[in-house]
Amino acid sequence: MTYLYNIGNYFLMIAEMFRKPTKWPVMKKLIFKDIDDLIIGSLGIVAFISFFVGGVITIQTALNISNPLIPKYLVGFATRQSIVLEFAPTFTSIIMAGKVGSFITSSIGTMRVTEQIDALEVMGINSLNYLVFPKTIALMLYPFVIAIGMFLGILGGMAACVFGGYTSLENYILGLQTDFDTFHVIYSFIKTFVFAFILATIPSFHGFYMKGGALEVGKASTTSFVWTSVVIILLNYILTGMMLG
Amino acid sequence: MIEVKNLHKSFGEAEVLKGISTTFEKGKTNLIIGQSGSGKTVFLKCLLGLFNYEEGSISYDGEIFSQLTEDEKRNLRSKIGMVFQGSALFDSMTIAENVMFPLQMFTKQSKSEMQDRVDFVLKRVNLDNAHYKMPSEASGGMQKRVAIARAIVNNPKYLFCDEPNSGLDPKTAIVIDNLIQEITDEYQITTVINSHDMNSVMEIGEKIVFLKDGLKAWEGSNETIFKTDNEAVTNFVYSSNLFKKVRKMYLEENK
Repeated sequence: MTYLYNIGNYFLMIAEMFRKPTKWPVMKKLIFKDIDDLIIGSLGIVAFISFFVGGVITIQTALNISNPLIPKYLVGFATRQSIVLEFAPTFTSIIMAGKVGSFITSSIGTMRVTEQIDALEVMGINSLNYLVFPKTIALMLYPFVIAIGMFLGILGGMAACVFGGYTSLENYILGLQTDFDTFHVIYSFIKTFVFAFILATIPSFHGFYMKGGALEVGKASTTSFVWTSVVIILLNYILTGMMLG
Repeated sequence: MIEVKNLHKSFGEAEVLKGISTTFEKGKTNLIIGQSGSGKTVFLKCLLGLFNYEEGSISYDGEIFSQLTEDEKRNLRSKIGMVFQGSALFDSMTIAENVMFPLQMFTKQSKSEMQDRVDFVLKRVNLDNAHYKMPSEASGGMQKRVAIARAIVNNPKYLFCDEPNSGLDPKTAIVIDNLIQEITDEYQITTVINSHDMNSVMEIGEKIVFLKDGLKAWEGSNETIFKTDNEAVTNFVYSSNLFKKVRKMYLEENK
C-alpha cells in the first residue's frame, strides 16, 4: 500500500509543480542556477567516464573478434552502437542518478529539515513550483550532455583503437559509418528526455516529502538513487520495446 | 484579528488539540505558552495552515481559512510574516537577498525600491552592515533579526513567531522581544508568539493563552498572570524561585 500511496503522491506532486507559477524574473534566475549546478557541473564527470568507457568497449570488442572472417571495421561499428544505443543514454543516466539525484534530494531534504520549505509555504509560495520546476527545465538540456558523452565515447574508442594497435583509423571510421541509422540517435535522445524528467522529479520527490533530521537526509538520498535507477532501467526496457521492438 | 473556534487536531489516535477557542487581537503581542507537548507548535502550525485540522475554524479578519480556495489561501499567506524557531533563512542567499525575497515574489517594485526597503528594514533590526553576509556567517541573534526583517519587509498583517528567543542569551532575547513588540505597535500587526521564555511572558505578553494537554487552561495578560490562582498556570510560570519572588513582590506592591 505504501508503494501505491507514494506513486499517487508522486503524480500529485508533478501536477502541483505546474500550478501557480513563480514570477518569471525569479524563475529565470533559478533555472540558470540549476543549469549551472546540474548540467555544467556534470560535464566533467560525464566526459571523463564516456571517454574511457568508449576506449574499454573498443578494446574488449577488438579482443573478442578472433575469427579472421569477421571484418576489422566491426570494432568501430560495435563501439558506435553500444555507445549511441545504451551507454550514453542509459548508463550515463544511472551515473547521473548518483551525482545529480543525490544533490537534488539532499539539497531539498536539507531545506525541509531546516524549515525553509515551511517558510516558502507560509509566505504563500508554491514550493514545488519554486523548487522542482526549475530543475526539471534545467535538465531538459541533459540531451546535450549525452551528445557530448556520445562524441567523447566514440573518440575514446578511436584513441584506444589507434594507440593500442587494435585496428587502423580507417577501419574504425568505416565501422562508425557502416549501416548508420538516424533513428537510433533519435531513439537515444527520446530516452534521454524521459530520463531527464525522471532525474529531476524522483530525487525531488524523495527530498520534498522526507521526514526527520540530518540522518534521514542521507537515507533519502540513498533511497532516491535506488528508485531513480530502478525506474530508468524499467523505462529503458519499455521504451526500447516500443521503439525498436 | 484572528479568531479560533473549537479547534481539534489529532495525529492517528492521539488527540493533540482538544477544542481550543480564543482570539488574537490586532496591534497586540499575543503569547501562547505551555509545557513541552502541550500542543503549542501544533496549534501554531494549524494557525499557519501548515497542518489540517478535523474540527473547528480559524478566521483571519472574518475570512474562514478552511473555506478559502488554494489560491485564496496563498494570497492570505502573503500577508503573513513568520519567524521560525531555527530562523529558516535560505542558506543559498545573502542576508539582503533573504530579506528582499518576499518583495521579489509579491510586489512589482523596482530593484532600487526593493533595495531601499531592505536597507530600511535591516536598519530597523540593527543590521545595517550585514547585507552581504551569508546566513551561516551570522550569529544566532543576527539570524533571528534577519528572520524578523524578512517577516516584516512586506508589511504583513499577521506576524507569527515560534520560540523567537530559543538558543539566545538573555540580553539578546530581550532585544528580540522589544523589537517584536515595537514592530507590533508601530505597524499594528496581529502578532502571535509561541514561547517558553518567562521573561517574554512578563515583558511583552499583552495577551497570554496557556495551553495544557491540548486544552486552553487559562488566558489573560502579563498583568493578570500575577494575580491568577489557576494552579496549572502558577505551577508552570512560577516554577522557579526567582519568579516566585517576583510574583510575591508584585502582589505586595499592588495590595
